[in-house]
Amino acid sequence: MAAARRTRIRIVIADTGALTTGIALAILFLLPLLWAGYSSLSGPRATGDGAGLGTENYQRLFSYGEGLFVYVANSVAVSLMTVVGTVVVSVLAGYAIARFRFPGRNLLFLGTLAIMMVPYPTILIPLYVLLSRAGLQNSLVGLALVLIMFQLPFSLFMMRNSFEAVPREFDEAALVDGAGVPRTLWSVLLPAVTPGVITVALFAFLNSWNEFIAPLMLVTDGSRYTLPVALAAMRSGNFGAVDFGALQSGVVVSAVPCMILFVLLQRNYVRGFASGALKG
Amino acid sequence: MRSTGTAAPPRRRRGNRGTDRPAQALVLSLPASLIVGLLFVVPLGLLVWMSMTDWPLLGEPSFVGLAQYGAILDGPLFLDAVWFTVRYTVITTVILTVVALGLALLVQQTRLGTGLLRTAFFLPASMGLAVASLLWFALYSDEVGPLSDLLMAVGLVDEPVNWLGTPGGALWSTVLMVLWRFAGFYMIILLTGLQSIPTQVYEAARIDGAGWWRTFTGVTLPLLRPTLALVLVLSVTGSLLAFEQFYVLTGGGPDNSTVTVVATIFRQAFTLFDLSRAAAMSVVVLIALVLANIVQLSLIRKGGDS
Repeated sequence: MAAARRTRIRIVIADTGALTTGIALAILFLLPLLWAGYSSLSGPRATGDGAGLGTENYQRLFSYGEGLFVYVANSVAVSLMTVVGTVVVSVLAGYAIARFRFPGRNLLFLGTLAIMMVPYPTILIPLYVLLSRAGLQNSLVGLALVLIMFQLPFSLFMMRNSFEAVPREFDEAALVDGAGVPRTLWSVLLPAVTPGVITVALFAFLNSWNEFIAPLMLVTDGSRYTLPVALAAMRSGNFGAVDFGALQSGVVVSAVPCMILFVLLQRNYVRGFASGALKG
Repeated sequence: MRSTGTAAPPRRRRGNRGTDRPAQALVLSLPASLIVGLLFVVPLGLLVWMSMTDWPLLGEPSFVGLAQYGAILDGPLFLDAVWFTVRYTVITTVILTVVALGLALLVQQTRLGTGLLRTAFFLPASMGLAVASLLWFALYSDEVGPLSDLLMAVGLVDEPVNWLGTPGGALWSTVLMVLWRFAGFYMIILLTGLQSIPTQVYEAARIDGAGWWRTFTGVTLPLLRPTLALVLVLSVTGSLLAFEQFYVLTGGGPDNSTVTVVATIFRQAFTLFDLSRAAAMSVVVLIALVLANIVQLSLIRKGGDS
């Protein structure tokens, strides 16, 4: 009895200790984010002055270089193209690989997985040359195509597994009943693999919105900069002295969409890792 | 009603994995094949070709064989960058793995509040690495950064810390930022590993009277080995390819003390416009990393079998 109670007390103490440590660490992790939010809203010199909060930093950010709006629009365009492209390409190919036998099936699958083995900054130089020759250097479409290629290993793997988890009888019945392949895919299979599609789209968005080195190398025209590249240019003083307040506003503008998406779709994110990366 | 007995309908294509409609399947896989072919296989071939030529920005390339490779090794900068990158990789991987594992153990049990803690640890990882580096660039700056003031207020230091101004400071300040940015990310991977350990194993250990430390070293660590190995591979590969954090935080300085391998390739290609030497460097890095991955993956396989 006494021993059991002592154990219970010890567990409670350990629990409280773990919780306190956890909360303290969580505060440490959140402080830089809170500081960025705070200094984006404080006076022109970020901190100091003790001036009240305001939106001057954001207003100045609007007129930086080509203007905040241009960079955000570029980032949105690249991310949307990457998300839509990645979903379409990986759904089609995932369906084909999961359900059909066709010449080149294994070659396509292994070729895609090989992308993962090759460190991607190393092929950006030939990609730069190829895109230049194709007239797609400095083009957001060209950048999105490259980002879709980088997304393909994870996405194709994810979609193939999603399709394989759906019982074959589903679509075989539809095909036998006379529905064509497009119809079967659209109205029978797609609803069944929606969680996989959401995961693929989430990863495609986070990765393309945050991508830095590809747009830095492939896009040299300032009016086509994506948000992170524009902010980095601001940091290196390309637009005059470093304006820390505006910089933190840019950090907030860039980070908030990702945080909202992550908090909303945490489940998909974690499952993506559990099924994609680990069992691969 | 299904008839039981002799007049069973003929079995429909059982055991045939995959419907035979090659033409339609080819159409479905065409976009993926085009992307893999044109944007991966062709550039890979072009990379090797470029590394063996003199490739000017304008005009015709000329074949020079392996001369570019010799030239890389002659210059000390590439080797310095390799040495720095390896050092950074070892430091980052060790600290990151330990901290991420600690966080994962801390929030392993699902209790009131652990979901919030997990989210708090992960939130930095949802930001871009370049943007996270920008945030810390401001945190470290002596103009606006509160870090030095904070440490002085607590009494840990007497004068403002020169975070990014010395080679050591620049390295460790970057490691701290990377730790903040990635710890939650690796924590999530380790959590999925921890949760795949059956609770019966823990119960058995408890019945045997094993304490926390005994359980950790005897049960958790061995069963977590494949997941830990994955974290190691990801961290090693990611750190060997480090670029953004140094490009933004230190700009490679002070005195070129934080120039990484990818930064060298980037400079060679886009500052010096020497695309062929940059391509040769890329090939060297590519081969080294593929070899490293193969070694690490085979180690994981072995770990998974035992």
